[in-house]
Amino acid sequence: MARIPGNINRPRVRGLALLALLASFATLLAATVCFQGAERSLVLTTTTSTYDSGLLDHIIPPFEKEHSAHVRVISVGTGQALAIAARGDADVVLVHAPSLELQFVEEGNGVDRTYVMYNDFVVLGPPNDPAQASGLANATEAFRRIAATGSKFASRGDASGTHVKETEMWAEAGVESVEAEDWYLSLGQGMGGTLTTANELGAYTLTDRGTFLARKELNLVIVAEGDQRLFNPYHVIMVNPDKYIQVQSELADAFIQFLVSPDTQQRIADFRKDEFGLSLFNPVHLGEMP
Amino acid sequence: MEEIASGIWQALKLIGSLDPEVRRIALFSLQVSGLALLLAAAAAIPYGIWLAFSRFPGRRVLIGLTYSGMAFPTVVVGLIVFLLLSQQGPFGILGWLFTPWAIIVAQFIIAFPVIASLTMSAILAINPGMRLQLRSLGATRTQATLALLGEARVSMVIALAAAFGRVVTEVGAVIIVGGNIAGNTRVLTTAIVLETRKGEFAAAIALGLILLLISFTINIIATRLQGRALAR
Repeated sequence: MARIPGNINRPRVRGLALLALLASFATLLAATVCFQGAERSLVLTTTTSTYDSGLLDHIIPPFEKEHSAHVRVISVGTGQALAIAARGDADVVLVHAPSLELQFVEEGNGVDRTYVMYNDFVVLGPPNDPAQASGLANATEAFRRIAATGSKFASRGDASGTHVKETEMWAEAGVESVEAEDWYLSLGQGMGGTLTTANELGAYTLTDRGTFLARKELNLVIVAEGDQRLFNPYHVIMVNPDKYIQVQSELADAFIQFLVSPDTQQRIADFRKDEFGLSLFNPVHLGEMP
Repeated sequence: MEEIASGIWQALKLIGSLDPEVRRIALFSLQVSGLALLLAAAAAIPYGIWLAFSRFPGRRVLIGLTYSGMAFPTVVVGLIVFLLLSQQGPFGILGWLFTPWAIIVAQFIIAFPVIASLTMSAILAINPGMRLQLRSLGATRTQATLALLGEARVSMVIALAAAFGRVVTEVGAVIIVGGNIAGNTRVLTTAIVLETRKGEFAAAIALGLILLLISFTINIIATRLQGRALAR
């Protein structure tokens, strides 16, 4: 039996209340969006190691204040960071895979590639070290042992800077088509997820030192470190403004200058140093004359 | 187990102290998904009604497509929206990629088929003679349609609740098109991904509890409305 339209009853009132609630959300959101749109902004694509460790939150605020601009940080693997930038969807990138960076610049996607800082990679493994990979002369030998003993290895598998370095290490160790091996686990995850997985499975893995130090609960130990091959440099690159006119080149240039300025370089050196007793990232322009 | 217990305890402390960052992210999630739902409803309800009443060749195909839209993988929606809104894509000029608008577009597309399908089936479930009856009693087309909608209101609220639950808990598309930018495009789901990646499990659990609370509340409202309708 059809009710007469317009007859007020409770469910309808509730439905209206729900709609009113949604409408107010919408208004609030519109206000938020408009407010943010008024500010200048710089899109920075970067790697999980610089953002998840808290480094960027530590160094960026003075830049935002000085230039009254908002730096919108998108933290992904180096591969994705460069891919987004190559489409013109970012203004500046901060990454750590020299081979991919050079290719990016050669293809005309980036300009002003500038060295900012470095840290190093370490090879981690379970404390019982089934591959007996620790205490060897170099890191390449550790990779060879892991392969020879068929010990589990957790790979980022995401075209990140760390993954690129790992691929180079396998090649140097003379281990071929590693992806086909059943002990090789290609995870397609960020560094954090990969460390968690390696920890759970008692697998070896390659990580940047900073991300490892920040994870105190892990039951993994360093089996190889200090090798020149495990050197991990970070560069900042501006997306080519001649190729993409919407690139905020002035602001991007200011950002690059900001990263290599003495103040910022000092802040990089000091970042979480008290906590770990060593710098997670080592600036390269410290002590230079401004 | 200990990790989960201590994580939950710390999470409750975070929520209890009304951590401003947690509160902001929760509010922002509600705003974005609320606006996406509102826009999707504004388009999908009229479409659903039209689909229910119209008769034309190919209607069955369109109904089939609308229904299967409910099962469209959200991460593929994310990929498509990314490509459309990228500077290289046809809508790059809007500059919406990595802004809240990109998230709203993705969630709109995800919510649309849910609302449209459920609207259509709600209308079709009502006695088909009713519209005719109303028209013969002198109601205009608009009046008759409104009356039908009034009759289907409980199903409509459930449709909106289902769509909202789907968009507010969505993560794959939102992280691709929004970029999980702090203070800009970070919502509850992407914040959980980030905190888990960082090994900050207490923060991840806190955000997870809030998300659970939101989706439970919505479902409870919907279930209660449904229960009342059945009891009549």
